[in-house]
Amino acid sequence: MNTMNNKKFMMIDGLPVAIEGEKNILDVIRKAGIELPTLCYYSVLSTYGACRMCVVEGKHGEIMASCSTPPRSGMEIKTNTPRLQKYRRMVLELMLADHCRDCTTCDKNFDCKLQDLAQRFGLKDVRFEPYSIWDDKDESSLAITRDPNKCIICGDCVRMCSEIQNVGAIDFAFRGSKMEVTTAFKMPISETNCVNCGQCAAICPTGAITVKNDIRSLWEDLYDDNTIVVAQIAPAVRVALGDEFDFPRGTNVMGKIVAALRRMGFDGVYDTATGADLTVIEEAREFIDRLENGGKLPLFTSCCPAWFRYAEINHPELYDNISSCKSPMEMLGSVLKERAKVNETGKKPKKTKVVAIMPCTAKKFEIHRDEFQYDGEPTVAHSITTIELANMIREAGLRFEEILPEAVDMPFGIASGSGMIFGVTGGVTEAVIRYVMGSAARDHLADISFTGVRGFDGLKEVKIPYKEDRELSIAIVSGLKNAENLIQAMQAGEVHYDFVEVMACEGGCIAGAGQPFVIGRAKPERSEGMYEADRLSNVKLSAENPVAEGLYANLLAGDKAHHLLHYK
Amino acid sequence: MVIENRASLQKSRAAFLEQIDSQTKKIYVCGGTGCVAGGSMEIYERLKQLIEEKGIKCQVKLEKEEHGDHVGLKKSGCHGFCEMGPLLRIEPAKLLYLKVSIDDCEEIVEKSILKDEVIERLIYSRDDITYSVQEEIPFYKNQTRIVLEDCGQIDAESIEEYIAYGGYSSLEKCLFDITPEDIVKTISDSNLRGRGGGGFPAGRKWSQVKAQKDPEKYVVCNGDEGDPGAFMDRSIMEGDPHKMLEGMMIAGYASGAKEGYIYVRAEYPLAVQRLENAIADCHRYGLLGKNILGTDFEFDIYIVKGAGAFVCGEGSALTTSIEGDRGMPRVKPPRTVEHGLFGKPTLLNNVETFANVPIIIEKGADWYKTIGPVKSPGTKAFALTGNIVNTGLIEVPMGTTLRHIIFDVGGGVRGGKKFKAVQIGGPSGACLTEEHLDLPLDFDSLKKAGAMIGSGGLVVMDEDTCMVEVARFFMNFTQNESCGKCVPCREGTRRMLEILEKIVEGRGEMSDLDMLEELADTITATALCGLGKTAANPVVSTLKYFRDEYEEHIRDKRCRTKTCQALKQIYIEKYHCKGCSLCSKVCPVGAISGKIKEAFEIDQSKCIKCGACLSSCKFKAIKEA
Repeated sequence: MNTMNNKKFMMIDGLPVAIEGEKNILDVIRKAGIELPTLCYYSVLSTYGACRMCVVEGKHGEIMASCSTPPRSGMEIKTNTPRLQKYRRMVLELMLADHCRDCTTCDKNFDCKLQDLAQRFGLKDVRFEPYSIWDDKDESSLAITRDPNKCIICGDCVRMCSEIQNVGAIDFAFRGSKMEVTTAFKMPISETNCVNCGQCAAICPTGAITVKNDIRSLWEDLYDDNTIVVAQIAPAVRVALGDEFDFPRGTNVMGKIVAALRRMGFDGVYDTATGADLTVIEEAREFIDRLENGGKLPLFTSCCPAWFRYAEINHPELYDNISSCKSPMEMLGSVLKERAKVNETGKKPKKTKVVAIMPCTAKKFEIHRDEFQYDGEPTVAHSITTIELANMIREAGLRFEEILPEAVDMPFGIASGSGMIFGVTGGVTEAVIRYVMGSAARDHLADISFTGVRGFDGLKEVKIPYKEDRELSIAIVSGLKNAENLIQAMQAGEVHYDFVEVMACEGGCIAGAGQPFVIGRAKPERSEGMYEADRLSNVKLSAENPVAEGLYANLLAGDKAHHLLHYK
Repeated sequence: MVIENRASLQKSRAAFLEQIDSQTKKIYVCGGTGCVAGGSMEIYERLKQLIEEKGIKCQVKLEKEEHGDHVGLKKSGCHGFCEMGPLLRIEPAKLLYLKVSIDDCEEIVEKSILKDEVIERLIYSRDDITYSVQEEIPFYKNQTRIVLEDCGQIDAESIEEYIAYGGYSSLEKCLFDITPEDIVKTISDSNLRGRGGGGFPAGRKWSQVKAQKDPEKYVVCNGDEGDPGAFMDRSIMEGDPHKMLEGMMIAGYASGAKEGYIYVRAEYPLAVQRLENAIADCHRYGLLGKNILGTDFEFDIYIVKGAGAFVCGEGSALTTSIEGDRGMPRVKPPRTVEHGLFGKPTLLNNVETFANVPIIIEKGADWYKTIGPVKSPGTKAFALTGNIVNTGLIEVPMGTTLRHIIFDVGGGVRGGKKFKAVQIGGPSGACLTEEHLDLPLDFDSLKKAGAMIGSGGLVVMDEDTCMVEVARFFMNFTQNESCGKCVPCREGTRRMLEILEKIVEGRGEMSDLDMLEELADTITATALCGLGKTAANPVVSTLKYFRDEYEEHIRDKRCRTKTCQALKQIYIEKYHCKGCSLCSKVCPVGAISGKIKEAFEIDQSKCIKCGACLSSCKFKAIKEA
């Protein structure tokens, strides 16, 4: 009758707010339009309750951390009182006192939650003595840099690494004020089981873990007259870079990126989605071959380098299950290098270097792997992230919002919609399904998109008919914990699949650690940006990409295709 | 060997008791950690050897039946009178021999075993009165020993003695005469409150665990006694392990758990050994395992050794540690009763709480409530340490005053010094002063006074104790033992320690006191767990009651108790110095120089304040300020 009576309410700063299944009062408070400060709370991770910034005051003056207090009907709390202000400022001051405050030269300057809160609370003076710096930076990894002097021990990275990625390369060590986040036995991170996914850096509120910066050496190559520098842009980059320049989330800024790269001195600009088309073709052929000839199943995808590393370390037994295809980046890289070599003229030909612009930190590791060398050098010379690209654009002084879009270079200027959607979880699968279905797929694109390949569930299961009597069972996982759960279930004989797509980052490449930070945000907008690029492309199927056709006829003719596009 | 049913338990009990009664003399050598360190095990071996040599029939284990007159030689648990160890008790005379040495053994056997003579020099005397009977000694007479009743008067390594003296009769009663509901009701009615520090009503916890639907539940015993100077739980585990095990079994039966875990510090090797021994004995008699006493009840107990982190005494950190992870408290809810060990409902009490259980079941809730205040009844064991005459382990009813404990049981402040303060409740507790001497010690009264019982450590301090240094000491402990998880505890306690170090080193400023208070307020209000919330207590209470001492340290650069080295100054009074040069010869750092027969001088920049010169001066010319 009276809906008011059936609803649960709590009083926040004197105003009633409905409780609608929130697991803590922090979520209720935020729903009420109050941005309580937090440094260790993310709904995707377990509640840790360590920063104590989200404290609120109850009716009787009791202080509680809102992140870990469940809401009760009739509860009365205040979010802003003299005591709370005092406590929050003190906690913040304590954190700042123990924090290396070289903000101007920090990678996270203007993008640091601690700095942001210090500004917000008007903290101008830290009354405690700074501590001497106690630990060197760990720069051993190709993907990330750890600077313990900037760590506030919120534990976000630790939980990300173990709860979402099931890696656990970093954890807490020591007690009291000596506590730190570190690797086992304080080994260099590169010698641990770290898979370079970079999600720790993505979630780090400060500059304690940052993505390795490779801009300087790239500029050097760009300025070198004897080097031809060509770029390839991964699908997910185009729908995320706009975030850095205040475009609406998910806006596809591919044309602007192309123009900006040319202005910065790139000699050729290509689309990694074209490489993805080659991947679809090669991987689908491999899949069909295994299906027809009794090969090892399920076939696991190989395009995600963090997943590849994870499997290599934790599941060597799956080696034969993993596709022999290189990633789209490495495929296109090989093709670009091969083409440059074929076209070389003169006594002292200029050297061609391939630069990949990626949403990913693990790509920085991948390019240095032994499998991906061309003439004894990394096929792809530099792999930079979306954020690094944004910084280069800023450094070059380009007004990104004013740049007029341009088209990518031929002869690799065409990519199919299938190649485009690689950037989002389920995309590879959807593209492979289109290939396996052949020309019939053209009339069933919408049906395929509704099979369950799309969306952000950690595990998606799809069944598609194959020939008359065979149904293909496909799984799509993102987040390595989800992948591990699937492998465990598979090895226990509880589930059976023919094809498994794994992306290390939850949501796929659009949420890669090289992208503007997206935890719990912006994923739908970015994936929509990807699907829109698919809709707008006039070629939907990889196999129908004329560029691919041409390549197979010439550059990739004979056993060249296998040689250039596969790593084993 | 397995005791198959109730009748067989009763029969065994009678048989064991008969054997004990046939011992004409019983010798209890204290096997507590303190006395063992003092050489009591060598005394035990020596006695055994002497008894053999003299051809006295002796029974060391009850399993071996001896006929005719014989004596029993046993290792008991801690008697509590650790100050006077190694201790030796002889029954039936109830003689307590103090500070026994190997050389005394022969005489003891000759006089007190073979004959009934008392060796006067080994018995307690005070104010010219000698006490041959243990129970007459004021230290014991002023106590009420319920939990520790058998501690020291029973063979700590013999399940047979425990059974003979009525052990496992409460378990028997629970299994055969009353229902699990009755048990929980009895514990609830008794108003027993958790002895681990918080004083949470045990009955409420038990009924909450019992009400959980999950069929998999656990009983966990917290034996992670980490407070400096506290050893109540250790003494129970060492001296009367079965009492605690019986309590855990009853808890398991009442709550529906099939497994119990004891989390005990690895620094307590003797406790671990006695518990292991006791658990093995229980298995031998079928008191642990399946079909206990022929019923459907199934229960087993495992020991997990803690690596020595103080914070693992906190419930959620403790269960995490048992699971094999880093012991850090987690946010609550969910509470341990719903989501404890291995994510299952868990009944977690401390050693002393479990040891109370068999007694309450045996004698009833109403009886229990006659001891101490009704809302906080029973007794509490305290570890008395510091500047007190009788250091040791005591047990008094809840609500006993500090005065009674310190002066009647403890024998007053050592060396006739003036009482200054007592730190109660360990590093999370507070300093209480003379004005609190008549405060009844129970959970609620202490809370009102800004203190807490904690696990029951009592550190008595005399007038020569520097309260700033006391605060610094405890803050240093807390800072080292903080798990480091939440910001206020990790960073705040470090900053408080930093300020306290400044003050004791003579570098303090008056504004530091405000900062201490501000930090204390923030930490207390915002820390994640009990360790952090109480970390500032020693500072807050000393600042409250001894602010003038802090101010002296800061303003006058003076420590009135001469404790703080940095504030100490040693100087030579010119007029008294004869110029003998002795002081300059003993000075280890060459800080003293001068001409013979003229006044010498101390170079303050070199002086390390060791005080060697002070005692060397024959003319008392060297002074300390």
